[in-house]
Amino acid sequence: MREDRPPPPPSRGGAYSPPPPDQVLENVLEHVLQFLTFRRDRNAAALVCRSWHRAEALTRSELFIGNCYAVAPRRAMERFRRATAVTIKGKPRFADFNLMPPDWGANFTPWVTSMAQCYRALEKLCLKRMFVTDEDLELLASFPSFRELVLICCDGFGTSGLAVVASKCRKLRVLDLIEDEVTDDEIDWISCFPEGETCLESLIFDCVECPIYFEALERLVARSPSLKKLKLNRYVSIVQLYRLMIRAPQLTHLGTGSFSPSEIVAQGDQEPDYSSAFDACRSLVCLSGFREIVPDYLPAIYPVCANLTSLNFYGEACFLCLQVLDTVRDAGLQAVGATCKDLRELRVFPIDAREDSEAPVSDVGLLAISEGCRKLQSILYFCQRMTNAAVIAMSENCPELVVFRLCIMGRHLPDHVTREPMDEGFGAIVKNCKKLTRLATSGLLTDRAFSYIGQYGKLVRTLSVAFAGDSDTGLKYVLEGCPRLQKLEIRDSPFGDSALRSGLYRYYNMRFLWMSSCRLTRRGCKEIAQQMPHLVVEMINGEEEEVKEDYVDTLYMYRSLDGPRADAPSFVTIL
Amino acid sequence: MDGCSSNDLGCPQLLDLISKDREWLVQKGEQRSRGSKSEEKKLELRLGPPGEDYGTKLEREGSILSLGYFSNHKDNTYTFGGFTNTGDMKTAENGWIMKNNGSQNQQFSFTEKFQSNNNAEKKVFSSAAAASANPAVVPNSSQKRTAPAPVVGWPPIRSFRKNLVSSSSSKPVPESPNEVPNKVSSEKTAQSCGKGFFVKINMDGVPIGRKVNLKAYDSYEKLSSAVDELFRGLLAAQRDSSAGGIHHKQEGEKLITGLLDGTGEYTLVYDDNEGDRVLVGDVPWHMFVSTVRRLRVLKTSELSTLCLGIRQEKTRLDAASK
Repeated sequence: MREDRPPPPPSRGGAYSPPPPDQVLENVLEHVLQFLTFRRDRNAAALVCRSWHRAEALTRSELFIGNCYAVAPRRAMERFRRATAVTIKGKPRFADFNLMPPDWGANFTPWVTSMAQCYRALEKLCLKRMFVTDEDLELLASFPSFRELVLICCDGFGTSGLAVVASKCRKLRVLDLIEDEVTDDEIDWISCFPEGETCLESLIFDCVECPIYFEALERLVARSPSLKKLKLNRYVSIVQLYRLMIRAPQLTHLGTGSFSPSEIVAQGDQEPDYSSAFDACRSLVCLSGFREIVPDYLPAIYPVCANLTSLNFYGEACFLCLQVLDTVRDAGLQAVGATCKDLRELRVFPIDAREDSEAPVSDVGLLAISEGCRKLQSILYFCQRMTNAAVIAMSENCPELVVFRLCIMGRHLPDHVTREPMDEGFGAIVKNCKKLTRLATSGLLTDRAFSYIGQYGKLVRTLSVAFAGDSDTGLKYVLEGCPRLQKLEIRDSPFGDSALRSGLYRYYNMRFLWMSSCRLTRRGCKEIAQQMPHLVVEMINGEEEEVKEDYVDTLYMYRSLDGPRADAPSFVTIL
Repeated sequence: MDGCSSNDLGCPQLLDLISKDREWLVQKGEQRSRGSKSEEKKLELRLGPPGEDYGTKLEREGSILSLGYFSNHKDNTYTFGGFTNTGDMKTAENGWIMKNNGSQNQQFSFTEKFQSNNNAEKKVFSSAAAASANPAVVPNSSQKRTAPAPVVGWPPIRSFRKNLVSSSSSKPVPESPNEVPNKVSSEKTAQSCGKGFFVKINMDGVPIGRKVNLKAYDSYEKLSSAVDELFRGLLAAQRDSSAGGIHHKQEGEKLITGLLDGTGEYTLVYDDNEGDRVLVGDVPWHMFVSTVRRLRVLKTSELSTLCLGIRQEKTRLDAASK
């Protein structure tokens, strides 16, 4: 595929000679293709013919790499020479839950090294589950136009890397650190932002578990007139929050930090008027935080509750919130159902994340949500017990559901009322929620549940399965039935080589398949690897010595244009 | 469960729910102690017949399962669902064996090794047979119900969220390997990865820290020369940039010497596992390696002003070099 256009014909004697027709077409194409923004549309356009492929490649400004090992950095950057925004995803999601040893890979360094040559004009970068070092950040900070950095679930860097980004990226507008692991290098990175007015629009650092120098933050907020999103970490007390809100009434997204006073609160002092501070933030639409909430302060947020359409929240007692700890209990969820009629997304996390603990939310809460929040599109719900009836009710009440992730924390738990498997509940979800693209299952499930998924889950792209199924047939249903399946992650389920083989013709169309603690043998995996040369088949072992068992611990396989990676650690065997 | 109260609510007043929160907080405390008691019960070695109530209020499928634990033994193999990092599997008490009395096929194959050394990284993996049913078992059978032996990575919650829970409440950290212990930043700076022992090292005047693999050295001299190599170039670059000039020459790099004896411009110190700051070189090498958490290269002239041996408060915040 040639990237370069054929050279224009030489002009004679200074007279203007019109460009050849095919070049005119290409110019027109490029102009038109610039209006295509959706990735899927662009991919389709690129398949039309060679010149469309070329034109599309030259006009693509946003590059999305769903799996950092699917393509070598150089190849991607040579095709899309003019990309200014890049998103890269690294480790598979189950790595978040300690199902993968550290140092598996997903290193950002080779990417940033190539970018330093090919993408000097880079403006935006979003990384998810990548290993990013301080040196990488330092290199990134040297790109002259760089202005947006979003790091999600990344690790490998510390506050010293943040300090360099803050001080060197003069045009920085967005610095979003979301659920990263940030080492405390005891550098006050907030102070490293240059003096004078900044163009900061978003500063999210609630995951940074390092104390900050509050006065520096206050001064930074004061000199950032464009700041709209600010999410503080738990080292910001409620008093400090007040001071920040006073300075930034234009905020639309606020993460409140601890929402409790620090220890040094003098008794006689008058407490600030938090309520009016919240009231002054007329544009607030997204509220989160409340990391160490003291319920006494909650009434302060009442003025904004009516305006809020989206709330994210970790806390103990707030009930009008999208993302809550389950201490709100079913009663609290009923309140949500009663009041938040426009709720689109809800996440309920357990405050006590053990299987056997007393969870305060259950099928009752789920039912209440489904009855009240008819426009619900996405739900993540942790509970200890559930019934098919509640899940079926949700499938009927919330037809707009796109994401349904239910985690019944006890493994293999059936419907606690009827004692039956949860097959019918999940079956109803895939059957009634016609827009469903993401599904995570739990509880006692037989192969029947998977037959439902295969039969009705025609739009499902992401499926997470744990401790479920009876036999290979279950997995076969899914692999044969779900045409849009892209990401399949399975753990601790009795699926074996025969099921794996049944999906052979699917794997090139999928981003990845993860199967850990199932019944795959090395030989079965090797067969796949031999028959599918463009598939990278990784066997990840818990021990560095040879595996003594017949079954493979973890199979992680993905398509790749550039063959097996060179940076695999010793505990990874690529077949 | 206070599900019974749900019917009374009708149209809940905001303030009502606030006052209930305090109840919730109190109840939570009770629950936790209940929870931890039942957890402790499970850790007991039982000789009696299976089928006891483990003290949880949840309904369980019959009484077919029993739990016991064995002290770690290299020949025993156990099953867990996945891998774990150093911090997760602290003691041998976390080993479980699960027996399913009712099932015909009791031969679950457990596929794990325990290492008795707490410091060594315990990597744990599972076999399929453990938690999932034998295909011969009838699906609805209660035999599938496994007792809540802690399994790595389940429930699927990121450690970030678990930490915020344990940091916002003052309960003791449970022993379940499922829970990631409270992060202490000094622990994060020292990562043990089997073949390497990486420790973060910072130098005065250089904003970017580095990491050194202490397993690659066996003496202080080698460490000192490694530190010199590591920072020599960086230090020169810092000097150049602060002087305003751009020199790309090698001769601008000065060797960093005298790190261990106080004769050089810089001195090597370290933070140990008790939070104290200690001069490098005082103790035998192997003792140093076992207690070091973080290395620092400080200006010798400023050493006397520091209180070595007293941990700097984490809340001390410098405006760092910009």
